Amino acid sequence: MSDTLLQAKGLSKRYGGLLAVNDVSLSLHKDQLHAVIGPNGAGKTTLTHLLSGDVAPTQGELWLRGQNVSGWPHHRLSLHGLGRSYQKTNVFLALSVWDNLMLAAQSRHARAPYNPLSWMGNAANDKAVREGAERALQLTGLAQVQQIIAANLSHGVQRQLEIAMVLATEPQVLLLDEPLAGMGASEAEAMVTLLHKLKKDHAMLLVEHDMDAVFALADVLTVMVNGTVIATGTPEQIRADAKVQAAYLGETA
Amino acid sequence: MSTPQAHLETLPRSVQVFLLLGLVALLAFPFAQQDFYTQTVTRMMILAIFAMSLDLLQGITGLVSLGHAAYFGLAGYVVAYVSPQDAGANWLIALPLAMLVSALAALVIGFFVVRTHGIYFIMVTMAFSQMMYYLFFDNKALGGSDGVYINVRPAGWGLDLENKWMLYYFTLVCMVITYAFLRRLLWSPFGRTLNGIRLNEHRTSALGYASFSYKLTAFTLAGALAGLAGFLWAAQTGYVNPELMGFHMSAHAIMMVILGGMGNVAGALIGAFGFEIFLDVFKDLPKIGNFDLGKHWQLWMGSLIVLVVIVAPQGLMGLLRSKKADDE
Repeated sequence: MSDTLLQAKGLSKRYGGLLAVNDVSLSLHKDQLHAVIGPNGAGKTTLTHLLSGDVAPTQGELWLRGQNVSGWPHHRLSLHGLGRSYQKTNVFLALSVWDNLMLAAQSRHARAPYNPLSWMGNAANDKAVREGAERALQLTGLAQVQQIIAANLSHGVQRQLEIAMVLATEPQVLLLDEPLAGMGASEAEAMVTLLHKLKKDHAMLLVEHDMDAVFALADVLTVMVNGTVIATGTPEQIRADAKVQAAYLGETA
Repeated sequence: MSTPQAHLETLPRSVQVFLLLGLVALLAFPFAQQDFYTQTVTRMMILAIFAMSLDLLQGITGLVSLGHAAYFGLAGYVVAYVSPQDAGANWLIALPLAMLVSALAALVIGFFVVRTHGIYFIMVTMAFSQMMYYLFFDNKALGGSDGVYINVRPAGWGLDLENKWMLYYFTLVCMVITYAFLRRLLWSPFGRTLNGIRLNEHRTSALGYASFSYKLTAFTLAGALAGLAGFLWAAQTGYVNPELMGFHMSAHAIMMVILGGMGNVAGALIGAFGFEIFLDVFKDLPKIGNFDLGKHWQLWMGSLIVLVVIVAPQGLMGLLRSKKADDE
């Protein structure tokens, strides 16, 4: 497919004797949501770490927008169009929602730190940055809480904020690690609606335990068990797959 | 581990007024006082520049350097080396050169140290400054343990730093420029990113910021500004020795920043003056019987710092702000 944005080629990660991720290949396409499911300890989060550059693979290659980006540091991947949210909420707790988003949006317009021009001027007044933050605010519906300090937000809203921050960096590929974890029913519903909206124009990877959400959102599903991919396909194919039923969904599924 | 907190970056009106009054007092001071006090205040202003340069690392970026005096002392040595025996160095050359050498040293050392975090950063910065200390201490060619005298202070272009008044006002101008530069930097895109690194470095780099370059730039800039303070120190005292790079000098700056309040530059400024004033007060304490209170000033200073950390975590500056500012 021509609009493959992220491609993993034979990624493996070994921690001592444990093969956490074993020869995983997958590709993410524009306008598609690719969900990864599997029991606890299947290596889903490690896989996300490999795809986001948080962890270096023992083996394998990572391609982003047609370029081999294996071994690139975090910030370069981000600037090349990759954004991710974390399983454990990762925002600037001491800053307001607006300031969180401003710092995120500013990264797209930043001069090099050693350029003296970046030492001057008021960051809060940069028009292009404000527009980026505003867009993320509208997209995620956080406008009412924009002046609230992130630490004082509910867990669910913090998770929304994290996704808003990622969106403010205008990524083309989105890696979301359990965005629904610990959310109340109404918060989860809002998040699913948001993710549905985001499918357009983004290539998304979703790691999630909430099966209703996964089957409602996913275009492609990958099932991992013990670090290995045991099946990949559409939700219907996965539901019908005997191996998946045995290993993961259980006999009665 | 506790979550990093936001600093008091927007100065309350009360602090702004206090700073303005302070500036007026400093402008008028030499007219009202004798030479001795003018020199004391010059020294305070130099230390204020040094403390503000450290706040860029300690308060704004969250990098506690226990070796910041290395760049302060190094600049002083540069002044000593470029000063001819029987004439003053041209300050237009000596000052930029001193700052440049300090900045270069900070760039090279920073390249290694800003990769480390937390306690390791503290230890490695201290190790490098101790290396510099002993390099100068043990080498006769560099001045050795006795240090180097500057026979004639820098001059040039209508400025003669031999003149106590000119030195006073020149230092005041340097201090105001440093303050304005750092306050501006605090709100700049660079400053906002440094604040982000302090609060959550991992998130900051995941957003697309090369945190290494940001920290290295901050470290280098802080080194250059410490060099400015070092130049002025050498110009004032006419003498440099390895103690200027020593552990005590670095710790001195850290305490000034903590006393005043971190992360907003104004706190470091106020802390430097506060620290020196308290120091003079404690040293002048009387003898009670056989016990000389003044001789044990370190005891009182230590207690004061502990008290401030407990009672006013945002330093003296935090105490200055009104209750009203708290509610806003």
